[in-house]
Amino acid sequence: MTTETPVLPERLVEELDRVTIRFAGDSGDGMQLTGTQFTKTTAVFGNDLATLPDYPAEIRAPTGSLPGVSGFQLSFASSDIRTPGDAPDVLVAMNPAAVKTNVNDLRPGGLLIVDEDEFNSGNLKKAAYASNPLEDGSLAKWQVIKVRITRQNEMALEGLPLNTAQKFKSRNFYALGLILWLYGRSMDTTVKWAQERFGRMPDQLEANLRALRAGYNFGDTTELFRVRYDVPPADVPPGDYRHISGNEATALGFLAASVQSGLPLFYASYPITPASDVLHELSKLRNFGVKTMQAEDEIAAIGAAIGAAYGGHLGLTGTSGPGLALKSEALNLAVMTELPLVVIDVQRAGPSTGMPTKTEQSDLLQAMFGRNGDSPVAIVAPATPTECFTMAVEAFRIALKHMVPVIYLSDGYLGNGSEPWRIPKLADLPKVAYHYAAQDADFSPYRRDAETLARPWAVPGQKGLEHRIGGLEKSGATGDISYDPENHHKMTLARAEKVARIVNDIPLLEVLGPETGDLLVLSWGGTYGATTTAAERARRAGKSVASAHLRYLNPFPANLETVLRSYKRVLIPELNNGQLSLLIRGKFMVDAVGLNKISGQPFKIAEVEGKIDEMLGLTGPYHLQFGPAATLGGG
Amino acid sequence: MTAPTSNGSLISDLPVLTRKDFVSDQEVRWCPGCGDYSILAQMQKMLPSLKIPRENLVFISGIGCSSRFPYYVESYGFHSIHGRALTIASGLKSARPELTVFVVTGDGDGLSIGGNHLLHAMRRNVDLNVILFNNRIYGLTKGQFSPTSEFGKVTKSSPYGTTEQPLNPIRIALAAGATFVARSIDRDTKHLEETLYQAAQHKGISFVEVYQNCNIFNDGAFAAFAEKEVRQDRMLYLEHGKPLRFGKNMEHGIRLNGFTPEVVLNAESDDGLLIHDIYNPTPALANILVGMDYPEFPVPAGIFRSVTAPTFDELLQKQVDDAVAKGAGKFEDVLYSGETWTVS
Ligand code: SF4
Repeated sequence: MTTETPVLPERLVEELDRVTIRFAGDSGDGMQLTGTQFTKTTAVFGNDLATLPDYPAEIRAPTGSLPGVSGFQLSFASSDIRTPGDAPDVLVAMNPAAVKTNVNDLRPGGLLIVDEDEFNSGNLKKAAYASNPLEDGSLAKWQVIKVRITRQNEMALEGLPLNTAQKFKSRNFYALGLILWLYGRSMDTTVKWAQERFGRMPDQLEANLRALRAGYNFGDTTELFRVRYDVPPADVPPGDYRHISGNEATALGFLAASVQSGLPLFYASYPITPASDVLHELSKLRNFGVKTMQAEDEIAAIGAAIGAAYGGHLGLTGTSGPGLALKSEALNLAVMTELPLVVIDVQRAGPSTGMPTKTEQSDLLQAMFGRNGDSPVAIVAPATPTECFTMAVEAFRIALKHMVPVIYLSDGYLGNGSEPWRIPKLADLPKVAYHYAAQDADFSPYRRDAETLARPWAVPGQKGLEHRIGGLEKSGATGDISYDPENHHKMTLARAEKVARIVNDIPLLEVLGPETGDLLVLSWGGTYGATTTAAERARRAGKSVASAHLRYLNPFPANLETVLRSYKRVLIPELNNGQLSLLIRGKFMVDAVGLNKISGQPFKIAEVEGKIDEMLGLTGPYHLQFGPAATLGGG
Repeated sequence: MTAPTSNGSLISDLPVLTRKDFVSDQEVRWCPGCGDYSILAQMQKMLPSLKIPRENLVFISGIGCSSRFPYYVESYGFHSIHGRALTIASGLKSARPELTVFVVTGDGDGLSIGGNHLLHAMRRNVDLNVILFNNRIYGLTKGQFSPTSEFGKVTKSSPYGTTEQPLNPIRIALAAGATFVARSIDRDTKHLEETLYQAAQHKGISFVEVYQNCNIFNDGAFAAFAEKEVRQDRMLYLEHGKPLRFGKNMEHGIRLNGFTPEVVLNAESDDGLLIHDIYNPTPALANILVGMDYPEFPVPAGIFRSVTAPTFDELLQKQVDDAVAKGAGKFEDVLYSGETWTVS
């Protein structure tokens, strides 16, 4: 392939370890595409990276309005990073509304690249600017680079049979080209992608490629930029890599469970933000025997998945918080019938409809307790987008071995976020074992395995094992309906004990940092990057701080209590109002302190650091600070 | 053991079964005299004629008196939760199309709490056999009105009479595009057994409404037309290809006046009488028949409609089979999809 990257011009090149860029514009401006393409290029180049897309709440907010701003942040580095960055170094803003909602996150002195042409009176008014910020000095804190993106893009596209509105759509390619130039990145990945994507629309393709090159060349020729930056490839373990989002990794992980077990996967789901991508991904995989069903509602989705699990296949359903609430009663049926069902919950900001496009970790207690009766289920939670893959395999490994429903708690931040992924070797994947009931004469549906307490999985089609199950309490001895007091008592304890015994089958909690000390930072789920990095920074500064991250929420790892008692104080940062804290305090009587952020945004590393310092007595009380609406808090 | 799939790896040779083989060891717990007994008996009588191995037969139910049904049939059985039997059955049948799946539901379970699922199972044409026991009352919860209770009905929860109109289950089934729609009655055992058989033979969703007497909370709901003595005069037995006739000597007929049916008393000739056609691709005739009710008309029973259409489960299986035929997925290819790079 011929390379599209022109020879580097004579210009000052500054080497950086890490850069955080945010692309922001109107939701019609294609910022997600720009961000994704830059991410791919950077991934292929070999940087470690993490991304944070941020969608506006309304699908079609008025063009140029504040609620219509869409953003995409990525952080890339020559070292291992775990978060999409606290404060961007560079903000690309395609209109005044994007400046208004994002600029306060930009670090002082950071680069603000704007499309000057869009700062007309109409757009300024929509963004509620009384005067033009490019002229009134209000942006003095930052290096403002004004580029006439709209005009220059139009000029580059001259002669193409496209109208002004169509040409306007290529602006994001112009911006992309400019940023690719700024960081010395090749246009190859984007050119190749565009050729595939717009292959059938030659004019569109030509427009986008011209815009891309025009932006690139502008960077090269303009005097606006004094330096360009280089972020050398990260030192990562050898292997084959690709770029993957959490929801994609989730889908692939559940496919892996099917491949590794030899059982067909059946996925039933009702579209819901931010879980729908899992349905989209799995729907493509018919050639793996994957059957998907877009159900009429959340209840039908879990019902169908229970039907598949009852039928001896991998029964899987997926949703987000409000959907999990609708599924509760059916999930309890799976608890009662002890079927190996897995439920994905890609959590979002609640309660009720809440903020569908924003992340939160507030379904932990719902997952634990959100059903009638004493109703234990196993709960796992991936820590990073790529870990969505491994924990999906884990979910079915546990469900099948222990004959128990498993809730898989992802979140919007993990699901939409992405990072480079070292592609696993097939041989390294864990085996996922299952056992159908032995076709014995003395079969009984609730005769439990001595070690795990799992009941036998007798599936229709197995001759001689005809039996009845259901939501009514059953006799542990015969499987018949039973209202016997002692039986119900014992069956309730058995269901709890069965889940508790999973502890023997999961890894111990890993601690980073000193084995004993002043402070333990305990986290779970998608906050891993910020909490772990904050603790690491504290240690580097000589503080006695360890961190541990829970991937198994029910049951907890066997050593959790020992770990908790090895530190003077325990901090639990969570994107909810203290749900893990409640469990830890209730179960272990440990006086854990929460750092609770419920803004729909992930943690910034600095926020966790601030709380750490407070708990170590180094500073006074720490308070979270919130930016204006529609900003991306990195972290 | 291998995973059960549509290739029927777990299906054994065809046995010769009798009614007794489908009677489970569970004690039947319906009120004495309940119409459910008859439906269970006709089902157990009918099942051997399907000539399918017992282990490939699954009964799934929701909640209600009718939903106890799976306990009493010696086969695989799943007594689920209120209104959701069809969702579980749809998932099971889609995953395992080789199974024969019956769904037992009632007027509350199927039309009230589970109404949405009924619509969608029918429009998808999942190959299920749905038997809806319509007793026009909530029996298990001891006597509240149901979505099929007549207007003004006085019950425990409607001491002043209901203020809502009933649903007609057959009308719902036709509207949702069910490919097999029939009605029978607990008291007419022969007709019931035959209707259940026809439903089971149909490929695609079969919907059978069974008028079922709840002798405790709604005794005699159908007596006015369903008692043996009056049945011939007050019910219209639908037979494909035959003119619509009823009466002790089949002396009366039904004809159309515009779009409205009317009774022709003592119709001497078949000329002008409606001819029943269950295979008609349009449900127009069925939709006219469904509006006929006692006392203005004899109540139609039998098959309203029976048409063939691809089923949801077979279409889904076909997508899988076609995709696999084009090349079974290699997991490695999916892992490596999109752009990849190597770090050495
Ligand atoms: S309450 Fe009515 S429907 Fe229920 S078992 Fe008794 S008679 Fe039958």
